[in-house]
Amino acid sequence: MSKFEALTGNAAVSNAMRQINPDVVAAYPITPQTDTVQTFSEFVADGLVDTEFVTVESEHSAMSACVGASAAGARVMTATSANGLALMWEIIYIAASNRCPIVMSLVNRALSAPINIHCDHSDVMGMRDSGWIILMSENGQEAYDNIIQAIRIGEHPDVLLPVAVCQDGFITSHSLERVELFEDGEVQDFVGTHEPQWPLLDVEDPKTYGPLDFYDYYYEHKRQQVEAMEKAHGVIREVTQEFNDRFGREYGLFEAYRMDDAEVAVIAANSTAGTAKTAVDNLRDQGLKAGLLKLRVFRPFPGQELAEALRGVSAVAVMDRAISFGSMDNAGPLFSEVVSALTLNDVHVPIADYVYGLGGRDIRPGEIENVYQEAFQMAENGKVERRVRYLGVRE
Amino acid sequence: MTEMKGWKEIPIGGMILDAGNSEAYNTGDWRAFRPVPGEAECTNCMLCWLNCPDSSILVDAENEEMTGFDLKHCKGCGICAAVCPVNAGVIRRAEGEVEKDDPRLCIRMVEEGKFQEVGNE
Amino acid sequence: MVTKLTPKELAKKEERLAPGHRLCAGCGAAIVVRQMLAAIDEPVVLANATGCLEVATTIYPYSSWRVPWIHNAFENAASTMSGVEAAYRSMVRQGKLEEKDVKFIAYGGDGGTYDIGIQALSGAVERGHQFLYVCYDNGAYMNTGIQRSSATPFGAHTTTSPAGKVIPGKQQFRKDLTKVMAAHDIPYVAQAAPSKWRDLMQKTRKAVNCGGPAFMNVLASCNRGWRHETDETIEVTQLAVDSCFWPLYEVENGEWSLTYKPRKKVPVKKWLERQGRFSHLFRDENRHMIDEMQEEVDRRWEKLLERCGEG
Repeated sequence: MSKFEALTGNAAVSNAMRQINPDVVAAYPITPQTDTVQTFSEFVADGLVDTEFVTVESEHSAMSACVGASAAGARVMTATSANGLALMWEIIYIAASNRCPIVMSLVNRALSAPINIHCDHSDVMGMRDSGWIILMSENGQEAYDNIIQAIRIGEHPDVLLPVAVCQDGFITSHSLERVELFEDGEVQDFVGTHEPQWPLLDVEDPKTYGPLDFYDYYYEHKRQQVEAMEKAHGVIREVTQEFNDRFGREYGLFEAYRMDDAEVAVIAANSTAGTAKTAVDNLRDQGLKAGLLKLRVFRPFPGQELAEALRGVSAVAVMDRAISFGSMDNAGPLFSEVVSALTLNDVHVPIADYVYGLGGRDIRPGEIENVYQEAFQMAENGKVERRVRYLGVRE
Repeated sequence: MTEMKGWKEIPIGGMILDAGNSEAYNTGDWRAFRPVPGEAECTNCMLCWLNCPDSSILVDAENEEMTGFDLKHCKGCGICAAVCPVNAGVIRRAEGEVEKDDPRLCIRMVEEGKFQEVGNE
Repeated sequence: MVTKLTPKELAKKEERLAPGHRLCAGCGAAIVVRQMLAAIDEPVVLANATGCLEVATTIYPYSSWRVPWIHNAFENAASTMSGVEAAYRSMVRQGKLEEKDVKFIAYGGDGGTYDIGIQALSGAVERGHQFLYVCYDNGAYMNTGIQRSSATPFGAHTTTSPAGKVIPGKQQFRKDLTKVMAAHDIPYVAQAAPSKWRDLMQKTRKAVNCGGPAFMNVLASCNRGWRHETDETIEVTQLAVDSCFWPLYEVENGEWSLTYKPRKKVPVKKWLERQGRFSHLFRDENRHMIDEMQEEVDRRWEKLLERCGEG
């Protein structure tokens, strides 16, 4: 029997980690993720897990130790936020390139400067081309569910890639919510045992990890990573389906909320999707056909599926909690992804970007309702007044 | 391993599963000087083996004998000759300068041009 | 049975570093690695910082390592090894892996150790991982083309501390990393050189059996950077030892002891004059630097003698 507990998003993840019982965790404290590893270290101290917890002296070393442990043949997890992820940067790429299925809880926080501890998505957007699989979570429950699935996805022999599971700093990481925890045995059974194919620690069969790779083979190794990402697409579907069947969930690559007859759609990720659902309900009460696409899988980006889900709507608004400085119109990174997905799949519809919530700036249902109203206007006029807006910024 | 393989044919992640396969790579053609056994008898002290950066001193483990040089890999640095105690003895006893290719030595370093090309194996 | 530390016995063992690597002719690092690995009978797992040793031994699709080996990045050999060693302990404890008395060794050059990797190294030994970190110190960033590091000797010409008309080579004395590591109060710290191979091998054995983190700083000549003939590697290295520029000592559980005391201390000048990187110091206007270096070497040597109870 599963049980319900009042947990923060961080604690939900810590509990998933306890149930997964990884061989090694290497992590360094950083707000707002700190609680995750702090709670987990209590599990270690109380002997509730078999994990070797490596209390590294920096995030750079955290990811380095994760790569070493993963190559060694261990099941490995870590957690970080913002500047911590930035310090890991170099090794983030190496983890993916060395095909280490590390699972990371990434509690999204704004990157410095100025230093800011609150939520936005500038951290995760920076790692979008690094070769990691990236899952987004609306709340603590989803973060918990995603972390469990991430183990299976990353370790799948066709994939062997690291996975980052995101949730919003403070907004969900520090909010108490009702979280369903599955039985320890159920989780253990779902994640199964890790069967590394080429463990470094097999001293009888020595292997070389991380050689110098020139123009003659580097490119082939990158091509292999493309293949793994391609395969991840299907593996995510399989694992998600199995998880849904087993635990009574309805996850997909994204969630289509009241989209069936929607005239306009908003695309959002993480906690803002929850706020947007309230906005959708309010508008629906007024008889307006509003719908929401909540992104769950950001990498590999489900462009085709997303485009199909949006085929038929008359306007689209993208909610971006980050800016891609210097990109066309200084839009957010998600916007560019969605625009190319739609264009390449022949879905031609007015679309605008709404940058919002940087550095933890609050976003309320009313503001999102305004976004919808503008979307309805776009739909009516058949054109876009302003391609990118910065929601809530003082002029 | 001269044939270039496609991305489907090689292990993922840049892993090299065939440990020690650099043996197939010829570094012998870097050599400007070649170690050559001279007249002074080798005592099989193995100091050349111990100090060779290229793992290129051939040893008969059973008979505890130094049997020669792995010319496919030897880069001709001359450390074997420099650390050879027999060479040191020859130099000490000799009157005047002893060239590195002096036939009286135990390990001589002889200019590679004076030999036929070793060639790729 | 433990292999006797005689070249005859050691030569019977399987070579752990295969030939065909592309380190330069006469490379000191290769000698250091071969001697050290020959001294260890147990299985080893290696991590390697980016650097000459790493690139030249693993040019894809070739590897010279007949033992498990991992390279991650430049500054993180110690933290990478933390992960490998933690994985080993975890999996052995859980019964997922057979205990085999594996010895974990991380190799880094002086750039990867004294400079960019010092944080990861300090952290890893503080955490008590059971591994040996070896710095093969050739006194500069040789892999990128001989740039100065904090290990570069005073006065040396490197490509970023060139001997110019106004500034004659490196202006600072080298960081004494061995002492920095001794200050971590770990079970074993030593300084060694391949010219005293038995000393190096004995220290290696002590280090991997000390039951905790160990650090060894091993002088490894680079003839391209030091500017000497390829066959002079061992001789020039021994001059560094005999001049007391590179004293051989160990710190075992806090006890300092010299493991080699030159019968007659050789003037530093004798070591310098054998290397092209110091040739500018022999010009009239720079000769005072040789004296300064001698003074500093003497000062450090006297201090060391004191610490080792030989003062």
